[in-house]
This record gives sequence, structure tokens and C-alpha cells, in this order.
Amino acid sequence: MDLRRPNRPVIGPKVRQVGFVTPDSAAATSSSSIPAVSAAAATSAGSPPSSLSPVMIPPPRHPSTEMSNPHFHPVGSYNPSEQILGSPPALSPSRSSRFDADGSDFGGDDDESVALSGVGGGMTPKSSLLMRQPVTKTAPLVSETHKRDSNVSKGKGDGPSAAPKEKLTKAERRATQEAQRAAKAAAKEAAAAGGAPSVSKQPKPATKPATQQKKDVPSGSGPLQPLAPSGSIEKKQGKKEVAAPHPRMQFDDMTKVGKLKKRAVVNQSEARNRVELFRHLPQYEHGTQLPDLELKFFQLDLIHPSVYQVGLQFLSDKISGGNARCIAMLLAFKEVIQDYTTPPEKTLTRDLGAKVGSCVSFLIECRPLSVSMGNAIRFLKNRISSLPHNLSDKEAKSRLQSDIDRFINEKIIIASKAIVEHGVSKIRDGDVLLTYGSPSVVESIFAYAHGIKKNFRVVVVDSRPKHEGQGLLRRLVERGIHCTYTHLNAVSYVMHEVTRVFLGASSVLSNGTVYSRVGTACVAMVAHAFRVPVLVCCEAYKFHERVQLDSICSNELGDPDAISKVSGRKNLNYLDGWAQNENIQLLNLKYDATPSDYVSVLVTEQGMLPPTSVPVIIREYGIERLWT
Amino acid sequence: MDPPMDFQVVVLAGGTSDKLSPLVSKELPKALLPVANKPLLSYALELLEATNLKNIIVVVEGDEAATQVESWLSVAYMDRLNVEVVKTPGDVGTVGAIRAVAPFLISTDILIVSGDLVSDISPGAIAATHRRHGAAVTALFCPAPVSGGADSSTSGGKDKAKKPSRCNIVGLDPTRQFLLHVVSGAKVEKDIHIQKRIVRAVGQMEIRSDFMDAHVYAFKRTVLLDVLEKENLYSIKQDVLPYLVRTQLRSEISAKKENSADESSNGATKELPSEDVNINSAVPSNQNLRWLSQHREIAPSSYQEIHISDCDMNKSRPSKKTHKCCIYLSGKTQYCARLNSVQAFGDINRDMLGEASRITGYTFSAQNNVVHPTVVQGAKTTAGGQCIIAEGTILGDKCSVKRSVIGRHCRIGSNVKIVNSIVMNHITIEDNCTIQGSVISSNVQIQERASLKDCQVGAGYVITAGSEYKSEPLTKS
Repeated sequence: MDLRRPNRPVIGPKVRQVGFVTPDSAAATSSSSIPAVSAAAATSAGSPPSSLSPVMIPPPRHPSTEMSNPHFHPVGSYNPSEQILGSPPALSPSRSSRFDADGSDFGGDDDESVALSGVGGGMTPKSSLLMRQPVTKTAPLVSETHKRDSNVSKGKGDGPSAAPKEKLTKAERRATQEAQRAAKAAAKEAAAAGGAPSVSKQPKPATKPATQQKKDVPSGSGPLQPLAPSGSIEKKQGKKEVAAPHPRMQFDDMTKVGKLKKRAVVNQSEARNRVELFRHLPQYEHGTQLPDLELKFFQLDLIHPSVYQVGLQFLSDKISGGNARCIAMLLAFKEVIQDYTTPPEKTLTRDLGAKVGSCVSFLIECRPLSVSMGNAIRFLKNRISSLPHNLSDKEAKSRLQSDIDRFINEKIIIASKAIVEHGVSKIRDGDVLLTYGSPSVVESIFAYAHGIKKNFRVVVVDSRPKHEGQGLLRRLVERGIHCTYTHLNAVSYVMHEVTRVFLGASSVLSNGTVYSRVGTACVAMVAHAFRVPVLVCCEAYKFHERVQLDSICSNELGDPDAISKVSGRKNLNYLDGWAQNENIQLLNLKYDATPSDYVSVLVTEQGMLPPTSVPVIIREYGIERLWT
Repeated sequence: MDPPMDFQVVVLAGGTSDKLSPLVSKELPKALLPVANKPLLSYALELLEATNLKNIIVVVEGDEAATQVESWLSVAYMDRLNVEVVKTPGDVGTVGAIRAVAPFLISTDILIVSGDLVSDISPGAIAATHRRHGAAVTALFCPAPVSGGADSSTSGGKDKAKKPSRCNIVGLDPTRQFLLHVVSGAKVEKDIHIQKRIVRAVGQMEIRSDFMDAHVYAFKRTVLLDVLEKENLYSIKQDVLPYLVRTQLRSEISAKKENSADESSNGATKELPSEDVNINSAVPSNQNLRWLSQHREIAPSSYQEIHISDCDMNKSRPSKKTHKCCIYLSGKTQYCARLNSVQAFGDINRDMLGEASRITGYTFSAQNNVVHPTVVQGAKTTAGGQCIIAEGTILGDKCSVKRSVIGRHCRIGSNVKIVNSIVMNHITIEDNCTIQGSVISSNVQIQERASLKDCQVGAGYVITAGSEYKSEPLTKS
């Protein structure tokens, strides 16, 4: 299957990633553009099974996949796009087409992009069953998000979105159900929108500012937003709790920021010199938040003490790491539920939901949520809203608490146990294993492998400023595991001797992109270049339907002082007072996105999978199952 | 009503401290000693009120003192605070005071504030730090005052048997968040004995002697109550805190607690992301080291327990026996002082007039003083800068008041000079007196041409005409 992939230089994705993001604002109205593209494609190519949605998924990424990734690619998941981009000349037009699709107000170019993608669709008539599931899945979701969007801003024609869906239904028997649902939804929304079936270039440039304002949400995650149902779900929640800043709020929008500040509990002052490309991410003056929040300790009556405690711990980085934060948050929510009594004339499902929402918004102010936390919150809110109304408070509370316990137990603890078992099977005697940072699951794998007397060596790669690897190193050494410690700078040197790379992840997105501690991508790429298999260990609850191509759209900025100060080197003070100098901008990114090409296998509790199978997991085991 | 943020506040107002004689007497308990014409206790209470702590337990030593404090509180704070006064027999020490209120304590954490605290450091910050670390105890330390630092930093209002000479010795971890070692003033010997185990756990320890214990503690209730069960503890500062700090790695208290429902009470290990491999104070004794080493502070410990028992099936689960002792260091710009000696009384009064005038809540006039509108001033009388003159006071002609506090309804004759002094209420000073650097308690009568320098005059004393005193405590015998 890999033979189909053309051999391409590895540098590809990097260049493209940066390229993609620059037209930041243009990305705003992307959601509406998809139906347009897909509709046009459907008409032009008339090849239903290839369903153009994959075009939206990760087109630029896949061409770069080398065939040197022989590990687990049972299905060429996103065949269509690969085919489009298979030949070098196609590459740049397709990129431009993406921009157009994103912007969708570059009206004139739409045709070209449509044509291209249509060709791509036509070229790949076959797609395996496994492949199709996510695809067909995404299509209805598009319509759903679309529908919601149209509810927000009704001006847009939604007619076209219905059309491709109907084509899709023919494609797969499996998909018929979904498609019907989608069609129904589309019909409804068409009715709602006054049945305005319009041309593919619906949003006129004139209306654009307005739509952008209204839907700043999708613009956050860039071009690919519309495919993610999560966006829509979160959006729905966002409507409910007004207080919560949206996870992907644009922080370069001054009016929004102003509004947010008025509601904020944590008094945050925006950092002044921020890096241009990352203006849309929240960055505050570090160092002022914590004392300020501490001063207000007794003044925040509305926030439950345990939530407050967790918030403080997030803010001071005392608890970090996806699992740890998620568990801490859930346990705090458990206490909130424990202490909750329904006020008179209110129903538990609604009021508790709002209460949890306000807790969440407080936590977001302390530190942006991780994907794992987002999923856990969705789970909890779903559980709350699906409680039967006839339950007494006590029953409802105990049911919710046991739900939380179950989530922690099944999704995190047992999952990591299962991952450990899977992961250990990949460790052979004599292996040299490399890890980066301090992923908890990987640590457990090493510990367990050592416990069952496997003979291996570990290379711990670390980086400034957090030096998390040192903790891992200490614990491993205490166990008697032979370790090498080095910094990220030396990873290319040390990679020669490595036989396996084990990495942790903050999240795995549905295009297989691994979103993890910054530096992970670098390690994975070096490993890839050295033909060293990369195993990413990640619990399935951290999977997310979102698609992300770069680490710019959605990321987190850390304390810039953390990188400006070198601990133990007092004489290195060249960056002191950098905040006063307008010419200096410090960037302390916390996460990066590793393209799926560099990941040989994902180790999850469901087994070892190719990163392309994430949508399958999300679909089959993940979110939907959890919520019900 | 639930205590806010699950914190209860206990104010230890003390009784009639011997250290403050002759200023404090049975008629005037320490809590009501006027500082800048406001009772001492009001500073602590207003600090708490400003942080939105409205339910306060005040512990007073001695019956009479308790009655007086109670009656004052009921007038002054009736509609603002919900204050409960608990009285204890005299001379039970701070631990005894806490024992007396133990039945009232229900919340997770207890904030203990000394009633003689004059400060603008938010108790909320201490409480938040306490919560953040999940500590067993968090103590507020502030830089010892420079002027007469040694004197005021040793203390413990009710601890008499101590030499007022040395400072505390405090050991901190490199991040200055954890208290690793503490020896309070009286117990400082020639050598400092530091536990190797703690140093090994932390990597490096910073020993400071220029911090003073401000007597504000946040305790985990369970820990506190456990400690109270022990015999021969007298003072929180000298016995309880050092005990907790000493035993933080082999805690008997929290070991008992592990099994209780209180999840966050145990001192799970934690790791500071600092440069050297840095286990913090809460690192365990040897048998626990292995267990603790496996996991950083991954959120609440219940997770760790489960996680360990799941992932390391081949390891038995050792019990954790640590707790954390944290420290909150106040900033240099914040004011913090304890009124526990006569000198501190003078210092604090001066500070209230000068650098820390914001705490008093008075608005200073253009001449940088506070003169109540009902004050009658004679001809050519001047009230200089940094003065407070309360209502009803009558000043004669040609008086001069500088850097002093004059209480209510005093009658001051002509040509009197009052410099750097504190004159309380209902005092009569006749003509041509000179008072410098002195403290005059209420109802004192000072007859003509008396001259006082650096004296403390007890309540009701009569200074005869023409007498001169220098650096003497004067009390009615």
C-alpha cells in the first residue's frame, strides 16, 4: 500500500505548515466553503465514493509520507488527497486551492480549486471500508456544524451542503443511515435558512466581517475546523455558559478580549510584546496572576474550594501533564457535585451544568484546557444533561460521581495499563529506547518492562525550560534502569544508537497528527530520518476529532520568562528587561504538532494502530460511545 | 453557614501579657490596647474582614479580659462580623487556646491569626498557598524589622520563659516555598542541628535568620487536632511548628490520616521543576522513597494509589508518611509586625503614623496628621506632622505635639511638649510638662513641670509636680 505513495523529501510538511497558516484571517468562514467545494466536486467529478471531505483533511501532509514508513499503514486512509498531491506540480495549486477554500471570498479562484479536488476525487475510485467510515462520518458532521453555523448567521445559503450528502449515501451501505440523518438535518436547516440554495461562492466579501465576528469560533482552528464536530459541540456549550472563554478564542480580537476581561476572575494583564504569528493565543503577564488570585482567595464565593485549589495548581504548574490535570479536575468536580444542592425552583440537570460550566471557565482562566480535559468535560456535561429528571438529588449526585470514577478508572487508569502491556511487547532485549520529556505512560512502560526483566537501555531527551526529563531520569535510575540523559540539541547524535522511540502525547487528532509537548515533533522527525520506529503512547480519551495541520492555530503560550532566564547562569542576563524592549519578542510554545507521517504506530488501549486509524477509534470506541 | 473556602479563622487575642506591662493591665487587656487610637485587635479583625472572612472565633485568656473584649466587639463589630468569643483560663499557651476551640473547628483548614498582628498581608494569600500545596501547615514569615528586630522577632506573646535576644532560624528550600527547618528564638543554641534526611531530600537548604514568624498559620484541621492530642505542647510557634517541620518526612500525624477520607491531606511527593534534581521537602524516608519516586505529584493522591497498585503489581504499596510544611514569605513592601513588647508597641505606633499609615484607615490631612474636628487647640499650639489627636481632647496654649498619638478626652495644659510619645485616653497633663518617647496609659495624671523621657506609665498613675523620670516603667503599686 505504501508503494502507491510517491517518494518525497521529508522537508515537505514543515514548509507547508508555515505556509498554511499565514492567511489567518482568511480562514474565518471556512465552514461554509466546504459544502461549496464538495458540491462542486461532486458535480464535476461525479465520483461519490471519494467524497471530497478528505480534501479538507490533511492534503498537504500525506504526499510527504515517505515509503520508509512501512510499519502500520493497512489502508491508505486519505487516498484521494494523496492522489491529488501525488505529483509534484499538483502540490502548489492545491495549496492555493486550500487558501481559497478557507477564505472562500477569493471568489474567482474557487473554480480552480474545485476542479483540482474533483480530479483528485475521480482518480481514486476505490476506498476501503475502513477508510470510508471516517469519511462518511465526517460528511454528516459537516452538515451539522454547518447547520449550527447557519443558525448563528442565517444569511448563508446552505442548500449545497445537502447535495453532496445525497451523493454520499450511495457510496456505502454503511453510511446510508448517517446520510439520511444528515439529509434530514440539511432539510431542516434549509427550511430554517429560508431554503436559499445559492452558488458555491456564497459569502460575499461584503458580508464577511459580520460572519467573521459571529463565528470567531471556527476561525480559531483554521481551515479544518468545520470537519470537527467537536467544534460544534463546544460551541453549543459555549452558548450555554456565557462565562467561559471559548477554548479557541481569538485573542487578537480586542473587543472579545475586553469582554472576556470583564468577566474574568483571574486578573490578567496581556503581555505586550507577543510574537506576531501567535497573537491569537492568550498570553498574559506571568507572575502577576498567581499572587492576584491568591489575594482573592476568600472573595470568590462562587467557586468551590477544590476547584480553586486545582486552578491554583494549574496556574503554578504544580500539576502538569494531560492525565494528571484531567484527573485533578475530575476529582475536583466530584467534590463540587458532592457539595451541590439544587437551589429551589431549579432543576439539577440545568443548574449543575451551569455550575460545572463556571468551574470550567475558571480553570480555563488559570490555564487553557488540554484536549483530555475537554473530552472529560464533554463527558461529564453529557452525563449531567442525560440524567433522568425523576432522579432525586442524592441519586443523581451519586450517579454522576460514579460516572466520574468510571471515567477515571476506565479511560485513564485501565487504559494506561493496557497501553503498558501493548507497549512492552515492542521492547526487545538489547533495545535502546528513547523518550522525550516525561510522559507518564512511557514511564510506566519502561518500569514494567524492567520489572519483567527485559534488558534495555533508555535515552532520556530533555529540553529547557521545564526539564521534565530529569524527574523521569531520576525515577528510572532509581529503578536500576540504565539511562542516558541528553538535551534535545543532541538528539540527532544520540539517535544513531536508538532502536525505538517512545513518545507521549497530549492529544492525537483525527488526521493522525500528534499534539504533544513542544519538541516532540523534532524528536519524531529525527527518528524518522534515522529510520527508527516512533511509538506514540496515548490513551484513547485524548483523541480528538479536530484536524490540525500545524501547531500555530491552536497552541498554548508559556511564560516567556522561563526561556529568557537561564537557571544557574546568572551572568547570562542579556534578556533581562526584555519586556521593555519592543524589538524583542519571546516565544515559549508549549505544544507542537507531529505529522502522522513521522509516527510509526500509536499505542492505545485499543491496540497498536497506525495514526491514520484515529478516526476509526474515535468513531468506534471513542467519543460517541462514551457520551451515551 | 459554610465557612468560605472551607477555612475557619481563629484569632488568638491573648489576655494580659506580662511582657507589655505596665501598659496592659486587668482593666485593659492586650487586645484592646490602643494602637493609633484603635484597639489592637481591630487591626487583625479588619484585615480579616477585608479578605471577606466574616466568621471569626476569638480566643481570649482570662475571664475579665474576655468580658471586656466581648463587650467591645459587640459594639464595634456588631453588624459587620460574626465574632464568637471563647475564653480560656490564663496561661495555657497558644496550644491551650486552640484546644479550647477545637470543638468548634469543622472546616478542612484552619487559619490561626495572632491577635497582636498589625499587617496588610492578605490572609487569603496564605490560605491560597496552603491550599495550593496541600500542606499540613503554612506559616507566614516576614522580613524581621530592622529597628529593634531582635527584640520583636523573638516573642510569643504568652511565652515568658525566653530570652528576648535571638532571631528565628529558618531553613528554606531553593524555591522558598517549603519550610525545612525552624528554630524559634529562645531555643536557638550554639549549633544548629539539621536533619540530614531533609537536606538530602531537597538538595540544598537556605538558612535564614532574618525572617520572623508572624504568627499566622494555616493548618490542616486534621493535622492540628492530631497534634493537639500530644502532651507537653505549649506554644504553636515554639512547639507545634517545629514539631511538624521536624517530622515532615516521618510523619506520624499524617500517617494516621492517610486512611481517612481526606484525600489531599497526605503529603504526596512532589517535584520541583528546578535545575537540580530536586525533591522537595516532602520526600519520604527510605522505605518510602521507592514508592514516591515512581510518581511525581500527579494530581491527587488517590490516583497515585490506584495507579501504583495497578501498574506495579509486583510491589506492595508502602504507606506514605510525609506531610508538607510550607512558608509564605511576605514581600518587602508589605507591612507586618507583632505587638509583643513595649518596644514593639512604640515602633508600631510610629509606623502607623509614618510608613504604614495606610493600615490605620485614617486620612491624613495636608499637614500629614489626623486631628479630630472636636479637638480644641489653644493659641499658638501646633500639631506637627505624623500626629493623631482623637476626639474631645483639649490642648492649652503654646503646646507642641510632634510624631505622637493622643487619645480621647485628654486635657493638656499650656506649654506642654509631647514628642514621639503615645498618650492614651482620659489623661490630664498639666502645664509646662515635657514628654518624650514615652507611653502614657489611660487615666494618668501628670502634674505641673513633670518631665518624662522614655518612660512607660501604667494606668491611673499620678506623676507628681516637678518630677523627672528617665527610662523607667512607672506603675501604680
